[in-house]
Amino acid sequence: MKERGPLIGNGNSSAPSIFDPDCIYLQSIKPLIMRPALSTLCYPLGDQAIVIQLGDEISESILRYITSICNFLEEYSFEGFTEYVPAFTTVTIFYDPLVTDYETVVPLMEEMLEAIHEDDGAVEPTTIDIPVLYGGVQGPDLSIVAAHSGISEEEVISLHTSSEYLVYMIGFAPGFPYLGGLDERIATPRKESPRLQISAGSVGIGGGQTGIYPIETPGGWQIIGQTPLNLFNVHSTQPALLKAGNRLRFFAITEAEFDDLKNREDGY
Amino acid sequence: MGIKVIKGGMLTTVQDFGRIGYRKDGIIVSGAMDRFALEIGNLLLGNASGEAALECTMIGPKLLFTTDHLIAITGGNLSPMIDGRPVKMWSPLAIEKGAVLSFGAPVKGCRSYLSIFGGFDLPKVLGSNSTYLKAGFGGYKGRALKNEDELSFNVTYKHKGDVFNWSADLKLYAGFGDDNLIRVMKGPEWHLFNEESKAAMFESRFVITKEADRMGYRLEGFPLATTEPMEMLSSAVSFGTVQVTPNGKPILLMADHQTTGGYPRALQVILTDLSKLAQMTSGQEIRFQPVTLEEARAALQQRVKRLKQFKQTLTFKNSSYEQWTI
Repeated sequence: MKERGPLIGNGNSSAPSIFDPDCIYLQSIKPLIMRPALSTLCYPLGDQAIVIQLGDEISESILRYITSICNFLEEYSFEGFTEYVPAFTTVTIFYDPLVTDYETVVPLMEEMLEAIHEDDGAVEPTTIDIPVLYGGVQGPDLSIVAAHSGISEEEVISLHTSSEYLVYMIGFAPGFPYLGGLDERIATPRKESPRLQISAGSVGIGGGQTGIYPIETPGGWQIIGQTPLNLFNVHSTQPALLKAGNRLRFFAITEAEFDDLKNREDGY
Repeated sequence: MGIKVIKGGMLTTVQDFGRIGYRKDGIIVSGAMDRFALEIGNLLLGNASGEAALECTMIGPKLLFTTDHLIAITGGNLSPMIDGRPVKMWSPLAIEKGAVLSFGAPVKGCRSYLSIFGGFDLPKVLGSNSTYLKAGFGGYKGRALKNEDELSFNVTYKHKGDVFNWSADLKLYAGFGDDNLIRVMKGPEWHLFNEESKAAMFESRFVITKEADRMGYRLEGFPLATTEPMEMLSSAVSFGTVQVTPNGKPILLMADHQTTGGYPRALQVILTDLSKLAQMTSGQEIRFQPVTLEEARAALQQRVKRLKQFKQTLTFKNSSYEQWTI
């Protein structure tokens, strides 16, 4: 049974709004089927986007709602819709202001939220396995992470490969995943001055996060290894390998396996 | 047959209306900084309004035409010349095989658009011809033009010697306002700024610093601060989003901005004023003027109306468009 939650942030509700009342254009939308504590709001991002915000914390439950919204939009777009961008607690929906407007889109979003359910965004049961060559030239900072964590390099690899990670969002660079699930024991601060060049496929740790650089870019994370997989392929209709909601695991490979896989990837 | 690049200029890239539909994959939109100028250039030539053109920045390129063709130059005035003689902007322009198009000193604005009748013969990547400089794809080999590059055109132009003694009415083009006012809506995190900062955003001036490129303009001015120190979760940003970094300095995000950002979004420039902003450069002052969503819409509609009138005039002037094609 779907339970209807209270209307939040409409001015009459006693529920605290996370937004200032003088932003008059903020609108509450019915937080149907949501956890009672999950405030659901929408607000404009300028004159060509609407943001739907679900709560204000990183959680798997919110991710599932976000994913549900994305799945819904993939299937049923609306007149004037151009694209959507999911993030930790928001889905930003861009529209063509010459075709539609904010006031027209809000009720459509309300309808959408009535139609979706947390379970629609259930994370895919399959887990993507990411092969990584740890240490050496590919992972020059493995020793730094080991020293900072007070454990051996082998133990860092073991901890990094034993967790299951969840892709919360893609951003920063094409196909770059923001992952949740890093073992706290190997959390290591970013480098004081970022490297100017990090190779595509590099796997890094930055504070309490871990991630993979899909393209060559400057960056400040501690690089512990590299995957031979292409996380980003511009010639594919689905250019990014990962998307929000995916689960993944890292597993260690040898140099020979790395070379072999890399040749195969580049052969495409 | 097309053009041969003699000098690439400061930053000359192929741009259209941008790469739409891939922001969810972290792929930026890119596209012309001044889309309105691009659109007018294309309309002057009877092209599709979003046909890719060359965006020339501050110091324009020097290009040898290896075929007779028809072009239009719009946007910022970077003193365009053909074989050393100044030529008209905002008008179709016949150029002969062997002629050299070059640019001189920037007179007004900083981004000029060179549209080509029928467009450039370039492969689209993920639906767009825009150059994604950082990822190295799209446009011409994923990079800015440099000496010796050669680009070919999609069609041939067979009406050598045509003279066009008219040009687009400049009032049409909002890019060159005589003021420094940029209209903004309050951003999603505007309410988190303290009272002095909120007031300063609309009452004080901000200067565009030297760090100003296609990704964004860093601004200098009254130091902006939130009421309480805040950790924000990354969320989508857009062309025209004003983010404020922890040191209190705003960054105005431009066409090559990243898809998401983790700094509070204080303001959002309205769509209509992005062209004006695209023609502003380091050292110039900006004042932000708050408008409502309603006013933003009215501004856009006014521009669309003018553009419609312009298109009607064009139909009248160029009833012979079909004749231009092969």
